[in-house]
Amino acid sequence: MGGGGRLASVLSPTHTLMPVTTSPPTAASAFDVEAFRADFPALQQDVYEDTPLVYLDNAATSQKPTAVIDRLDQFYRRENSNVHRGVHRLSQDATDAYESARESLARFVNADRTEEIIFTRGTTEGLNLVASTFGKMTVEAGDEILLTEMEHHSNIVPWQMLAEEVGAEIRVLPVTDRGELRMDELGDYLTPDTALVAVTHVSNTLGTINPVEALIDAAHAQDVPVVVDGAQSAPHMPVDVQALDADFFVFSGHKVFGPTGIGILYGKHEHLTAMPPYQGGGDMIDQVSFDGTTYDDPPHKFEAGTPNIADVVGLGTAVEYVMDLDWDAVQAHEDDVLAYATEQVEALEGVRIVGTAPEKTSVLSFVFDDIHPYDAGTFLDRLGIAVRTGHHCTQPLLKRYGLPGTIRASFAAYNTREDVDRLVDGLKKVKQMLG
Amino acid sequence: MSATNTVSDRAQEIVDEFSLFNDWMGRYEYLIELGDDIPQLPDDHKTDENYVHGCQSDVWIRADFDDEDRVLHFQGDSNAKITKGLAALVIRVVDQQPPGAVADADFEFLDEIGLQEHLSSQRNNGLRAMIEEMRARARTHDS
Repeated sequence: MGGGGRLASVLSPTHTLMPVTTSPPTAASAFDVEAFRADFPALQQDVYEDTPLVYLDNAATSQKPTAVIDRLDQFYRRENSNVHRGVHRLSQDATDAYESARESLARFVNADRTEEIIFTRGTTEGLNLVASTFGKMTVEAGDEILLTEMEHHSNIVPWQMLAEEVGAEIRVLPVTDRGELRMDELGDYLTPDTALVAVTHVSNTLGTINPVEALIDAAHAQDVPVVVDGAQSAPHMPVDVQALDADFFVFSGHKVFGPTGIGILYGKHEHLTAMPPYQGGGDMIDQVSFDGTTYDDPPHKFEAGTPNIADVVGLGTAVEYVMDLDWDAVQAHEDDVLAYATEQVEALEGVRIVGTAPEKTSVLSFVFDDIHPYDAGTFLDRLGIAVRTGHHCTQPLLKRYGLPGTIRASFAAYNTREDVDRLVDGLKKVKQMLG
Repeated sequence: MSATNTVSDRAQEIVDEFSLFNDWMGRYEYLIELGDDIPQLPDDHKTDENYVHGCQSDVWIRADFDDEDRVLHFQGDSNAKITKGLAALVIRVVDQQPPGAVADADFEFLDEIGLQEHLSSQRNNGLRAMIEEMRARARTHDS
């Protein structure tokens, strides 16, 4: 995969205007979902003894392919060693594996330079890192930080903490009833006092794909840097940080078929160079003395201590695995499953879909008129269907819609129309028993 | 409550009732029925003080101490049916019991009726929180 082509196809306004005359995908380009699915051992199991699992909680975390599981196994069996300091063979192997994963991640997001990739524990740590370093450097008393109403708590709380510390104000770009950002009101929110914008690429609760390119252009027109939360976009679309011109882009590996506890922060090199370190310790220094310490260059400046080596290596394998896919075909498949699920769930009486933006990916949130999401989720679970219920760590957004929570089915490339049928059958049973 | 009046007698009674169902669907249907049978908590009792935190649904537990009989009277409610059913179960074993019995009550019977998954702390259904709340109320009167 690699870069611009894929991104342009996703974000272009003509994305959904497929000409009717387009020929069906050829055999070579079609996505073989059954073969793909077979790569994921966890999907092959039964739950509650004899009920085949339907896994629809991919916005929370994705399952892992054999390639990633095997890579972790191999690392611990053969290469395990600390990185960057050892002179011995294993340490060199581990360092090579670690740094080659960084190169894979740089290609995955199409970074200009490999040093622009910082390994983190995940999206949350990436956002906290930016808030604590770049944020403190950039945001001053009286400034404004612009967020949106659909942000995950992890893209709200670090900025609130920063705002409180420096005396800045949080502004919130609202969303429409359908779940789109009020771009028409951007002018009222992006003001001469705006010092920083933090926005999610895709809403974890609504599935809306936000026009981050336009937002970044508008912010950059007044020299305001933009932090993009890519937790929900990285698994579903090609990411090109250069085409986006994002100042920072963060995501978690575990939603992209990679291990848990590992993710990346992409940052423009000029920012990473100017930013102070996040944590102090080993592996991030140039020279240490009690008179003073000088820091290493990025990325090491931001990776204090022994890193999560095995999971970095596993994440490298995961994104290589993803980059090997035919993304036009994968996206056509994912779009088909989402459209089918939307149509089927919408047809159920007493069910309302939350989030009906025209540009969506792989998330279907909905509520019953008279059944609590928790009850529905508990029953679906007993039927072998894994969904998420609740506020999805977006309490301000749920409040905006006056809902205590939603039922969220979130899809990955391995989900099928058959999974949707199981979900819909399950929802019908829920209605029978609880409605 | 007939002759079966200790916490463990009542728990055994529940276990016996649930043993009549041999699939989860029957057990859940019965659980919901039990929840439907307990009276709704009047709105003026749905206070912050009675609100049980840590649940995906709203849950309230109200405890009143009967000075004369030295027993606790519990009421509970939830806007989720499964949660209300769980509230009905735990209320049933500790209602009108002396504070000491409530504080020491054993809820392992939930295991026996196939609802143990609700006891795990991360289910967010508040069952654990409800039980803790009842025990805490009991301890304030147990002297």
